[in-house]
This record gives sequence, C-alpha cells and structure tokens, in this order.
Amino acid sequence: MRILVVEDDPILLDGLTTGLTLHGMAADGVDTCEDAYAALATTTFSAIVLDLMLPDGSGIDVLRHLRLRNDATPVLLLTARDAVEDRVKGLDEGADDYLGKPFDLEEVAARLRALDRRAQGRASPKLVFQSLVLDPGSLEVTLNDKPVHLSRREFGVLRALMLRPGIVCSRSQLEDQLYGWQEEVGSNAVEVHIHNLRAKIGRRYIQTLRGLGYRIRIEAP
Amino acid sequence: MISLRTRLLLILIASTSAIWLCGFAWIYVDARQETQHLLDRRLMEAARMVLSLSAPGMPASDPNLPVVVSAGGPIAGASYEHILTCQVWSFDGRLVGRSGNAPASKLTEEPTGFSERVVDGEIYRVYAAEDPIKRVRVLVGDNLEQRQQFVRDLVRSLLVPAAFILPMLALLIWISVKQGLEPLQRATKSLSARGAENLTPLDVGRSPSEIRPLINALNGLFGKVVAAREHERSFVAYAAHEMRTPLAGLKTQVQIAAQATVPEMRKNALCQALKGVDRTSRLVQQLLAMSRLDASPPRLQDQWINLAAAFHDVTASMSRELLPERVTIAASVRNHSVAIDREMFDLAARNLVENALQLTPPDGTVRLSATQEGQEAKICIEDDGPGIPCGEEELVLQRFFRGRHKSATGSGLGLAIVTTALDRAGAKLRLCRPGTGHGLRAEIIVSANRLRLDDAA
Repeated sequence: MRILVVEDDPILLDGLTTGLTLHGMAADGVDTCEDAYAALATTTFSAIVLDLMLPDGSGIDVLRHLRLRNDATPVLLLTARDAVEDRVKGLDEGADDYLGKPFDLEEVAARLRALDRRAQGRASPKLVFQSLVLDPGSLEVTLNDKPVHLSRREFGVLRALMLRPGIVCSRSQLEDQLYGWQEEVGSNAVEVHIHNLRAKIGRRYIQTLRGLGYRIRIEAP
Repeated sequence: MISLRTRLLLILIASTSAIWLCGFAWIYVDARQETQHLLDRRLMEAARMVLSLSAPGMPASDPNLPVVVSAGGPIAGASYEHILTCQVWSFDGRLVGRSGNAPASKLTEEPTGFSERVVDGEIYRVYAAEDPIKRVRVLVGDNLEQRQQFVRDLVRSLLVPAAFILPMLALLIWISVKQGLEPLQRATKSLSARGAENLTPLDVGRSPSEIRPLINALNGLFGKVVAAREHERSFVAYAAHEMRTPLAGLKTQVQIAAQATVPEMRKNALCQALKGVDRTSRLVQQLLAMSRLDASPPRLQDQWINLAAAFHDVTASMSRELLPERVTIAASVRNHSVAIDREMFDLAARNLVENALQLTPPDGTVRLSATQEGQEAKICIEDDGPGIPCGEEELVLQRFFRGRHKSATGSGLGLAIVTTALDRAGAKLRLCRPGTGHGLRAEIIVSANRLRLDDAA
C-alpha cells in the first residue's frame, strides 16, 4: 500500500512517513504543492494524506488538480482548523475523509485502510483466499487458522497479490507498492521476497509468469 | 445622582413658584399703595364735602346746641360699612357733630392735613380740614385695620385661584418633562435591553441632536471593543491552530518511539520529538512576546545604547546550536549608539539575528553593520540564507506566515514581532536583497538624529 503524505511540518511529515511504514505501508513525503504535483504525475498511490495549509498554496488546490484529472485516489485531509465550513468545503471538493490535528497514528492508518478498502469495493476488511487469510489492520496472516510470521515486505507482496487473485502484478508494480523513493531497491528484491513467501505459505498459492510477473493461482494446481 | 427628570422637575417647579411668589409680593405692595392713595383721596373729598355742607357760623354760634349724631350702626353682612368716621369741631373746641361710629374724643390734634393716631385702642388715619369763615374744623378718619383688611382680602382673592392653578401647572410641567425626555428614555431602554454580547451600533436615525453625539460616541466605543475582541479572537484562534501541527508531530513521533522495534528508529523518533518540544516551547515564547507587545503602551523610554554591546548581549544568550559565533560585527556597529527603547530593540534584534542564523548555512556568516544616509540611519543584519522568494515580501511580515524557506524551529511570528516592536519604538523594518545577490538584508531604520558616533570608540 503506497501512500503519499503532503505535509509542510518536517517533524510531522517524518512522523507520518515513518509511522505509516510501521503499519505496513510504503509512505512518501512531500512538503509543497509543487512536489505533490510532481509525485502524483509519476507514481500511483493507494491513498493521499493531505495537509490543508501548505507554504505554496492550499491542499484544496492539490485536491482539485487531482479530481480534475479524473483521478479517484482516496484523499484523507489533515487540518489544524476545525471549523465545520472547512471540513464541508474539503469533503465537497472531493476529499474522502477528514482528520483534525493532533491525531492518533493508529487512526490515520485505520482510516487509510478503510479508504483503500472502499476504493476497491471490498466489504470485508480481511483478504481471504481459500485457507489463506490476511488482515491488513493487525498485519497478521493465517494459513489454515495457524499464524504465519511474515516480514513487512513479504506481507506487502502477499497483500498486493491477494487484492486481485488471478490478476498478474509485474515486478515493478510490486516494487512501487513496497518501496518509497528514498528506499534502495535491490535488483532481485522482489524475487527474494517471493521466494521467502513460498517457503512460509507453500508453493501452491503464488504462480510465476515468466517475463510478466506474479499472481495468486486460482485454477486447481 | 438624582434622575434627570426629577432634577428638571424640581428646578422648574422651584423657579415657577419663585416667580409666582414674587408676583404676589409685587401685587400686594402695589395694591396697598394704590388703595392707600385712593382711600386718602376719599378722606379728603369726604372732609371737603362735610365742610361745605355745614351751615356757616350756625353750629359754632350757639354753644348750647346739642351734638348732632348721625344715625346708623354696622350693617350685618357688609364688610366695608362705616369705614369712614367723621367729627365736626368748632374753632373754640366744641364737638359740633359726629358720625355714629366716631369716638367722642378728638380724632387728631393736627389743625389740617393727614395724620395717624390711636384713639380708643384703634389706629385711625385722619384728614383735617377747616373753614376759617364758618369757624369749623372737620376731621374724617379711616380705621387702618379695616384698610389693611381690604388689601389682604384683595390678595386672598388672587391666592385662591392660584392654589388651584399651581398643582395643575406642576402636573403640566411633569408631563412636559416626561415627553421631552422621551428620546433619552428610548435610547436608555434600547441600551439596557441589549445583551452583553450585542455590540452592534445603536440606530442614530431619529434621535435628537442633543443625544446624537452621545450615541455616536457610544457607537465609536462599540466599534473599538468589537475590533479589539476580533483581534484577540483571531490571535487566540491562530495561536491554537499553530500549536496543533507541532503537537500532532510530537504525538506521532512519541507513538513511533513506543512502537518501534528497531533501536535506531526509536532513537530517531525521540530525537525528532525533542526537536518538536524545542520548537513548541519557542512558539510559546514567541506568542508570549507577541501578547506582551500587544499590551504594552505605544511609546516607551528611549536611551542611548551602544550597538555592539546590545548585539553582544543578544548573541550571548542564544542557544549554542544556532552557532552564534558566525555573527560578525563591523566597526561601524562598534562605534555607534542608537537612541531607542532598550526592551523593544532587544526583542527586534534577537528575532532578526535568530532568523538570520537559522537560515544561514553552517559555513556562512551573519554580518552586522550601521550606516547613515541623509535623514535615515540604518542598522543592517545580512545573512547568507536563501532570502525571501518573490511574492512573499509582504507575507513574511504577517503573523504565523511561514515561507517556503522556513526553518524547523520557525514559529512564523518572528518578523511580526520585529515589526510590532520597532513600530512601538518609532523605528521601521525594511527587508531587501543585499548587494551580493543572495541572502537577506534586514534594515532597522531610525531617523538620523537617533544614531550617534561614540567618541570613545
């Protein structure tokens, strides 16, 4: 789950990007509208955390820009103002949720998960495929009701694949979901994670399509 | 303080009564004189009439004739009957005739003219006339008591209607005063009816010209109170708003520190939290400085301050993390003094130097200098920072504005504090790009006579 955080306060920006990583997300931080436009032009995000007061403009401008391009990426607004008009305006301009400062890191993460779930039209918070169950909230995976311990990256790979079983995810798509810009991605990092995943949940779930990518195998093995 | 209405009522009734009393006194005195005069004329006429009627020599020639006494006594119901008393005396001292109410003794010893005399316990005003041919003297007298009674009755007849008129007058005065004060009453009512929160201006529309200045003054006052409140409210709102972001950052970092599994991550989070605490406490400090400035009197005490000493004090008390040793003081600063309020100058200088140090890279310098150009003297603080981006020159002076090139510890209040402090001290702030083409040059501008060259330096 790749998140863009647009916030001009350096301490809060650092806190949000680090904190969301702790919750199994890959977060990128920018502190101006200009940088936000650049990030949105190059990368696809699962959700955007957007501060309203930015040094070179308002978060509302970014929101408008996004919706004008017909981009439906969920947006969580952050603001220090708590007047009802501000909230109404933000939501009417196309924001999906609203959070007043100061907030709880858990709540931000939970709301982002909810936004992501809604964007994909899922009813259940858990991802279930046969006897494999993945809970994005608690970062837990169970196989036949037995817990499986996965690393953060392995969890990210499995989550990305389980979102749409049977649909192929390319290596670069998976990398995008797993790593922020600041993070070094080894040339065979994804292969390593897939390898480790297969070791923990068995070989039958993940299918490799040479030259294309990976998917959850839906036909009977 | 008694009410305006009671006051007006008392004044009007007192003055009206005084005028009435004066009128009565005047009428009384005037009526008495007039009646005196009139009755005196009557006395004279009566005396002459009696004199002309008496037969010449007749009564006087025969001393044996009895005294003629005219008939009649007081008639019941007539108050002014028998005012006149008449005696006819012969020259040889015999009483020839008298009116029925006259005493037997002589009314006066005066041979002719007016006189007053007490006879039988009553005061008489007597006119005496004599006829030397008939050899008789006629004395006609008026009972003075009766005369006064007449005047008193006259005045009393005026007093009785007055006794009815005065209360009516008082009532009319009361109604008039009430009617006259009605607009004031209306204004008072509309004032007392409004709540403490209602500070909208009063309607001047139909109020009379006398209370219009009062209403205008009140409206002016309302306006000022509203402005002051608005200012306070927006300040508090801004302050609360500004506190939220650093608090959110602080909270997030502390939560990360609590959840972190890697020691490095925990250490980093705590480090960030510490920075957040520093920044928040600086923000609180700046807010306090700002509210003190807002409350301080507009003009303070000017004194001569040596610039180098003042800047040294400022940098000496600064956090070591800002690397204050990067400040270089030009000779022009060392040998100049400025006449300015010490506290305000310190506040402005501290914020400007802090800003400069925060924005200057660690290997850069902050340069202080002082110059004099015509009517202006400038104290300059130049830094090697990024300067102010185009379009933000005006904005940076606003409260809570933090520009694109902001530092982690900036509160957005620094330059607002500087402009307010300098304004209080009668100085100005000008921001410009220094000759080198990069960085920022902040100039504290005072009139030339407030900067002097120190002899000792």
